[in-house]
Amino acid sequence: MVDIRIPIGLMFSIFGVIVTGYGLFTISDSEMYVKSLGTNVNIIMGLIMLAFGLVMLYLAKRKKKA
Amino acid sequence: MRLELSLIDYLIMIIYFVFVIGIGWFLKKYMKNANAFLEAGRSMPAWVAGLAFISTNLGALEVMGMSGSGMKYGMLTAHFFWVGAIPAMIFLAIFMMPFYYGSKARSVPEFLKLRYDEKTRALNAFLFATMTILASGISMYALAILMENVLGWDFNMSLWISALIVLCYTYLGGLSSAIYNEVLQFFIIVIGLLPLVVLSLQDIGGWSGLKDSLATIATAKGYAPDVYTTTWKHAGDAVANPMGTAWYGILFGLGFVLSFGYWCTNFLIVQRAFAAENVNAARKVPLIGAIPKMFIPFLIIVPGVIALALFNDPSKHFTLPLDASGNPIYDYTIIMLLKQYLPAGVLGLGITALLASFMSGMAGNVSAFNTVWTYDIYGSYIRKPTGNEEADGKHYLHVGRIATVAGVLLSIAAAYIASKFGNIMDFLQTIFSMINAPLFAVIFLGMFWKRTTGHAAFSGLLIGFLSALLHHGLTAPAGATTMVKGGWITILHTYPVEMAQNFWTAIIACSIATIVTVAITLVTKQKRTEAELKGLVYSLTPKLEEEDVPWYQRPSGLAVIVGVIFVILTIMFW
Repeated sequence: MVDIRIPIGLMFSIFGVIVTGYGLFTISDSEMYVKSLGTNVNIIMGLIMLAFGLVMLYLAKRKKKA
Repeated sequence: MRLELSLIDYLIMIIYFVFVIGIGWFLKKYMKNANAFLEAGRSMPAWVAGLAFISTNLGALEVMGMSGSGMKYGMLTAHFFWVGAIPAMIFLAIFMMPFYYGSKARSVPEFLKLRYDEKTRALNAFLFATMTILASGISMYALAILMENVLGWDFNMSLWISALIVLCYTYLGGLSSAIYNEVLQFFIIVIGLLPLVVLSLQDIGGWSGLKDSLATIATAKGYAPDVYTTTWKHAGDAVANPMGTAWYGILFGLGFVLSFGYWCTNFLIVQRAFAAENVNAARKVPLIGAIPKMFIPFLIIVPGVIALALFNDPSKHFTLPLDASGNPIYDYTIIMLLKQYLPAGVLGLGITALLASFMSGMAGNVSAFNTVWTYDIYGSYIRKPTGNEEADGKHYLHVGRIATVAGVLLSIAAAYIASKFGNIMDFLQTIFSMINAPLFAVIFLGMFWKRTTGHAAFSGLLIGFLSALLHHGLTAPAGATTMVKGGWITILHTYPVEMAQNFWTAIIACSIATIVTVAITLVTKQKRTEAELKGLVYSLTPKLEEEDVPWYQRPSGLAVIVGVIFVILTIMFW
């Protein structure tokens, strides 16, 4: 059957790209980030998700080779 | 209290929907017979089934309810995740799983049939099937009403859409699809709620800032200053903590009866371990699930505890909707925190996390319901297997699919009944939740005492259940206004809080079931031969051989690791 890490990796990579992109797009909108105590959480969470997604894809790929 | 979502938030939600349905669609081609559809072909790796095991339990009511309890009772709520879960999960993995998995039973009711007899199976199967439908209906209702109040979504629309998405992927890919999606949902729940924990903790001044703010609140209510940030320290006396329960109530009521009843016998949970690829993987499933389970309090209880501090600090402008008598509605804690801290973008992730928790819980109910219906009710009373394996596999696959649709439709009906007659549904759910405690007694005796007979098990289950009902009818928590909370016969005893009443109901049900089962076993004759009981009873089953892998990959090694983390957390938050 399919390796579940592939859809998980794909989905989080897409989320990562979209959310990081949105974070960059709104980087000068300081009013929007007053809620999150001045932190641009979109960039941070976006990068975390992108990294997580890529690790999942890498693990799935490595197993396929073995 | 309206929360506005942006385009980006909806985009995230839609991508998530595409992936969950996509997983089901992708698995469709493997669904060739009932075994693949209802049991995932017993092919799941331990880590996949282990994360699904914990994700099913992490339903919407759990996430909303436990963060609400965090706000109400403080860190004491973590007992539900530590002493109220971990010992039972270790016990299930090490001692019970070899018989469950080794018996080749496809469901818990079927295990009862193999170990005892048909009537014991029937009693359990019917009660269980009703309970799962009620549970999924009630959580569907809770989610839809939350979305209506906070996001302004139409009640009917969110009800039908969320139900139809779950139906889509469970219909297409069966248990495999439910399990795969639960793993995906697990990661979404963690990642979606993570920024909330970090930001709210930062806002309140870290753990020490939290302790300081809560000390004032606790003192004002007449408790010790650290009552909201400790777990056992103030459990010496029931009146010394907001949960109103003393240490023995927590230890026996929650830590033993309720938790063993839930984790070791609830088919909804155990089914994930049944889907594992071999007996050693099945034994590792609850242990792998136990590791994230122990850390979930930091994700959902800690924000609730922080919400209590925020709520009492006017400068934070944190509000919760109030009920008719002016008390905050605690179930809204998590969504109001999302509103407080998350800007567009991560907000979409947070809302998706709530939807994911709802779906994982509901898919769990549906996939357990269709299995029990197909094998234990349809397959034993309506059309028994013909012996032609291929034709049977196809026939029951068809039945399983119809049961999936019927299960979802019945849940939707239950959700509408809950919206009209909320009290009746709460009452029914309370009653059906009483089936677990006696069930644990009966299964435990069956696995470890070869003499236990079918008549005894049936009577134990029935009388245990009825005595729980009787206790609920004769007692009530203090200040209860509705009959739903108990006392519907007459009130003989009043408990300080509802939780104490629940604990005692379970303790009584389990004790009476044990006494009745033992007593009737002693006066009835065992009809099963020792050969028939091989693989089902401890003393008649050859010991399992340990795998040839490093110690930490063996069930026993993992159990030690889980146990050590459990002890460390308990001491840290004593």
